[in-house]
Amino acid sequence: MEMDNVAIAQEVRSFIAADYLLGHDGDLADSASFLEEGILDSTGVLQLIAFLERTYGIRVENEEVIPNNLDSISSVVEYVTRKLNGAATPQGCEPSAGNPGGGV
Amino acid sequence: MSASLAVSPYVLRIDAATETERIVAGIRNVVFRQLKRRGAVIGVSGGIDSSVVAFLCARALRKERVLALFTPETESSSDSLRLGRMVAEALGVRAAVEDITPILKAAQCYERRDEAVRKVVPEYGGGDRCKIVLPGVHDPQRYALFSVVVQAPDGQTKCVRLNAEAYLGIVAATNFKQRVRKMMEYYHADRLQYAVAGTPNRLEYDLGFFVKNGDGAADVKPIAHLYKSQVYQLAAHLGVPEEIRRRPPTTDTYPLEQSQEEFYFMLPLEKMDFCLYGKNNGIPAADLGPAVGLDTDQVQRVYDAIQAKRKAAQYLRAAPVLVGEVSEV
Repeated sequence: MEMDNVAIAQEVRSFIAADYLLGHDGDLADSASFLEEGILDSTGVLQLIAFLERTYGIRVENEEVIPNNLDSISSVVEYVTRKLNGAATPQGCEPSAGNPGGGV
Repeated sequence: MSASLAVSPYVLRIDAATETERIVAGIRNVVFRQLKRRGAVIGVSGGIDSSVVAFLCARALRKERVLALFTPETESSSDSLRLGRMVAEALGVRAAVEDITPILKAAQCYERRDEAVRKVVPEYGGGDRCKIVLPGVHDPQRYALFSVVVQAPDGQTKCVRLNAEAYLGIVAATNFKQRVRKMMEYYHADRLQYAVAGTPNRLEYDLGFFVKNGDGAADVKPIAHLYKSQVYQLAAHLGVPEEIRRRPPTTDTYPLEQSQEEFYFMLPLEKMDFCLYGKNNGIPAADLGPAVGLDTDQVQRVYDAIQAKRKAAQYLRAAPVLVGEVSEV
């Protein structure tokens, strides 16, 4: 599946703007950290994941749920592009089944 | 004050006798003079916080003016009711039991929660039990996202990351428990013209570890300014039974036993106490780390989490906001 990065960035920006910036995205830089800017909290990250899975038909694996992949428009675009191209993703932490404190 | 002194184990030590008298005077003033109530209702869970509040209220208002209310439901630990009764008997206060299971069933609390769990664990049911957990601070990930732990009747467990819909659904359904409990507390408070005494400690109050209009609702919150370790100091001073003082804190909300740090704090409570103290007093993460056995990055993650939770808790603590002025009140 081929998608252009500009289109992905626009879709992610629209999602963030509609749900978290009350429709105003003019000041949001592509590199701005969603966490540090206070745009997404942990529930927001879950909703971003749901949006990406629904929109691009990808499965966001546990080890991929890290800020390097999801904390800005730029990082999301890079991550989605890698996923759509079937490229390997950065390694993170695998939750250990049955370990109450170890889940993602 | 040097950093080493600032994070010594003694920084959270209080003069329990003096603090007790200060709180007792405060309860008396709030309940009798400010609120014009005749006594206090306390939802007693058998945990350290509610036990301390019950002891403080009995001392402040006299035992005849305190009602200890127990609100077990089908998924509660049996220890909760047993230890709650122990508190009431130790104080000689009146006690009442309200089994809230029928109300929760009528509201479909359990069904709604289980349905939400099945969004990520489709086979959930038939005697399975669950709880939701956070990753520990030792996990280098910055995202503190909840997972659900499901245990089958044969003891096998699995841990699955929650999606937004499942997480919000589980929390919304289980919040019935705290809200129904508070409803019963206010029933008795209305009947007796009593105030409802809330039981949050400082960690819970500051970081939003409560349900809005559930356990977050109360007329007076006598220990909301105390760190958890200070609550334990007060408990020892007040003579709270040792079994209660030794009981590991639990949320008693999910069918699988869930520690408070699994649900909210990510760290053992004594370490969380120090981290909150460090954050509140501007102690750099590098200076606090050695005192709590964490490296600088881990302390910084806790500081960041405190900031995020504190911000999210503003909504939980907010009173209803008017959009027009009512100058008469």
